Amino acid sequence: METLLVGIAILLVGGALALLAGSRSRVSNAIGALSAVAGCAAALVPVLDVLRTGEAISYGPVAWNVPYGSFVVEVSPLSAWFALPILGLSLLAAVYGAGYTAHYADKKLLGPPWFFYNLLVVGMVLVVVARNGVLFLVSWEVMSLASYFLVTFEHEKQSVREAGRVYLIATHLGTACLLALFVLLGSKAGSLDFAAIRQAGAITGPLANGLFLLAIIGFGTKAGFMPLHVWLPEAHPAAPSHVSSVMSGVMIKTGIYGLVMTLGFLGSPPTWWGWLLIGIGVSSGVLGVLFALAQHDLKRLLAYHSVENIGIIALGLGVGLLGMSLNHPEMVVLGFGGGLLHVLNHAVFKGLLFLGAGAVIHGTHTAEIDELGGLQRKMPLTAITFLVGAVAISGLPPLNGFISEFLIYLGSYEEEIFLTAAGSVPALAVIGSLALIGGLALACFTKAFGVVFLGEPRRDHARNARPPGLLMQAPMVVLAALCLGIGLAAPWVVGQMEAVLVGVTGEAPDAIGEHLASATSPLISVVIATATVLGLCIVLVVVRKLLLSGREIGESGTWDCGYAQPTERMQYTSSSYAQPITWFFASVLRTRKTLKAPEGLFPADASLHTETPDVSMEHGYRPAFSLINWLFSKLQWIQHGRVNFYVMYIALTIVVLLVWFLGARA
Amino acid sequence: MNFIPLILALGIAPFMVGLINRVKAIFGGRQGQPLLQPYYDIWKLLHKGAVYSRTTSWVFRAGPIVTLAGVLVATALMPLGSCPSLISFSGDLILFAYLLALGRFFTVAAALDTGSPFEGMGASREVFFSTLAEPALLLGLAAVAKKAIGTPLISLTEIHQHVTPELWAGSGLILVFVAIAFLLVYLAENSRIPVDDPNTHLELTMIHEVMVLDHSGPDFAFILYGAALKLWVLGALIVGMVVPNTGYMVIDLATSLVGMFVLAVLVGVIESVMGRLRLLRVSQLLVGATALSVLALVLEYRG
Repeated sequence: METLLVGIAILLVGGALALLAGSRSRVSNAIGALSAVAGCAAALVPVLDVLRTGEAISYGPVAWNVPYGSFVVEVSPLSAWFALPILGLSLLAAVYGAGYTAHYADKKLLGPPWFFYNLLVVGMVLVVVARNGVLFLVSWEVMSLASYFLVTFEHEKQSVREAGRVYLIATHLGTACLLALFVLLGSKAGSLDFAAIRQAGAITGPLANGLFLLAIIGFGTKAGFMPLHVWLPEAHPAAPSHVSSVMSGVMIKTGIYGLVMTLGFLGSPPTWWGWLLIGIGVSSGVLGVLFALAQHDLKRLLAYHSVENIGIIALGLGVGLLGMSLNHPEMVVLGFGGGLLHVLNHAVFKGLLFLGAGAVIHGTHTAEIDELGGLQRKMPLTAITFLVGAVAISGLPPLNGFISEFLIYLGSYEEEIFLTAAGSVPALAVIGSLALIGGLALACFTKAFGVVFLGEPRRDHARNARPPGLLMQAPMVVLAALCLGIGLAAPWVVGQMEAVLVGVTGEAPDAIGEHLASATSPLISVVIATATVLGLCIVLVVVRKLLLSGREIGESGTWDCGYAQPTERMQYTSSSYAQPITWFFASVLRTRKTLKAPEGLFPADASLHTETPDVSMEHGYRPAFSLINWLFSKLQWIQHGRVNFYVMYIALTIVVLLVWFLGARA
Repeated sequence: MNFIPLILALGIAPFMVGLINRVKAIFGGRQGQPLLQPYYDIWKLLHKGAVYSRTTSWVFRAGPIVTLAGVLVATALMPLGSCPSLISFSGDLILFAYLLALGRFFTVAAALDTGSPFEGMGASREVFFSTLAEPALLLGLAAVAKKAIGTPLISLTEIHQHVTPELWAGSGLILVFVAIAFLLVYLAENSRIPVDDPNTHLELTMIHEVMVLDHSGPDFAFILYGAALKLWVLGALIVGMVVPNTGYMVIDLATSLVGMFVLAVLVGVIESVMGRLRLLRVSQLLVGATALSVLALVLEYRG
């Protein structure tokens, strides 16, 4: 346990030192990255220990001079399951960041970003191990604020400041719900220590329903449930790529952790909780991937994909909850198992994809997909690792994304679920939407990979792309290897989840073990089949080599159907590639087109620009906020800038409070 | 014993293509190519050299290989009649669908690798139509599985074995709905009329044929063989839903084989009497297929 605290200390001290290095940016960069790597590595030791043994370790409580607060932390298997990707990805992203931020060294101070990076990691780790409400909320705020300062790293850009503001507001609206959540949670026990809350007994009835909804809104804002996701496609592209990778890969998962943690305090769930989560999963999953498909900024596309994957996780948790309320342990195990495994998987491949996108931006100075093309020639390693991530996120075998989706499918094809309408309708929603999401994700990532890395370069900066350095490449290779590794070692990985699932579901370990064993038995066949695919690929490569040996292998231009002068501008772009799908879903996407049609006999120029702004932002939040703005503008007469009046307001307030206080006493 | 469906598929799949072509020739008043022509084509291509575009990379060369590997394993998952498949486990139907998707991913990537606008167009349409086809497939399977054994979480083998004359007598309507839905998916996934025209790669019909325009030699042989296998396995899926099993393996295999040939003739007839739909209409066709699958499920809860 102490190793975890030592790791946190290294992160904090290293961050402070990086800050103190001041204008010596290269020193800051080195200290920041090294301390992040060392701190994460140290903290990983106890986390791996807990996952291996399945036994929780704890520290504290240490008295704290804050009402209801105490410093008490515990690494339970569930905490460890979330801490593992947090620390692992943060470690790899720090290595990458050292290479990525190096070229800012002459332009910017690198101390503050590393300070906040380390603070973000500390915040995330403390959130998943905290066992006291105040500690939890403080860590939550540290995490949110640190990431805000990271998002606004390039604050000289107007768009970045705008994105930061949206994020700051969204995250605090979420926190407001959490504040209420914890106050209500602790009201019965009279304490905010989780142990005490748990001792006071499971919360049931209307209070439980209210708490569940508060958790959905509060934690869902962080996780990015549609339609609470609006900050996500703004903030993630604005941040430096290694930070986007951490934010998208693991930070949003703290929302999922919080939700699962809250469920632990509540009694057995009514059916509608499962329905609600599955509904959120369907909307986040399908709409997330649809909006991703309509984007032509690579990082924005990836950010929307995080919404989609959070949707898949919500589908898994929903199936699990439904299993709890219908009393079918197999569904519980498969649903929660699939959902939580997807938490890990998404951290791996989304981390990888954001790092790849960062390498593209680093090499070409643009994230505009339609200006790129043919990058695999200049940066072959980035192309291969990005391809691995793309196949994994599309949920295709033999990589890890397929495994978690497979478990969720199995959970919703379960026998008992189909006996009642309460189970069968959501199960069909899960099956149908997972199938649709799979197809759309495939469309989206063939587009992202194909238009960026394949074909011919469309502009000069794509033609002159620079490959990333070793520090940036190594983490991508590690993550790509993990995608394959988790995919091929699936039965073992899922077997490791036993203690985690015991913690989540509260079922007896024997029962969980039994259900997990029956869940992993098809996984063994899956792995055999997918390994055969890999083997067959190698065999076919050899066969082709043998067949072609000694024969003529010609080279020519791409077949152009007889057209005399093909140019790279004639290639399909991301917008044209996605056009059939965006056309089909036009009523949801509301893509804006700016068309300058060719005119006259010798048209000089013509252009087409498409933009797909977020529907819930455009038609939900923006009108709502302008309404609030209008209402508050009616109160502007209070704000007139005269200090003496302000002092009077304060005095009046105090008098009113005093009267109220005395009145309450009497 | 479990090898039989795989061996039959590997051996007879190209013959199905020849059969379809023969039916179309007869309708067109022509004599038509030999029934074994697809075999000759593959054999000829395997003995040729290859030409690669200067734009392409290893992704282009990986396309045909990953696609064929994926379809081969998917073939090993598909039973025929009451004869079980080589690999069978609960949930194999999901792996089956996703292996075909893996092949699609790499076919599309290879097409985009050429930088050709024509192949980009084909790729774009392919991913659109397959997106719409996928829910129809998985929901339809859930419907039949539920009806056949009462529990959907089972293997393709068990689903096929439970399609018996009694099931037909009891809930034929569900099977009919699902079979029609699957037939539409089958035509779309295999790029047949009314979705795509396998004979051309002209602008109007650019889907599958145009995506593989730049492949040559052994690569193209792999693609042709993979396409034939896909035609076979998806056909076997439909036949498994429609042809009732008696429980005697030899009889079931024979009736299923006959069913496969009837399906091929049916496809030939459809291609001869119908034109290709406008691309925008195809989406309605596929949404219709999904609707039929859902309808089958609804019927099940009623009864």
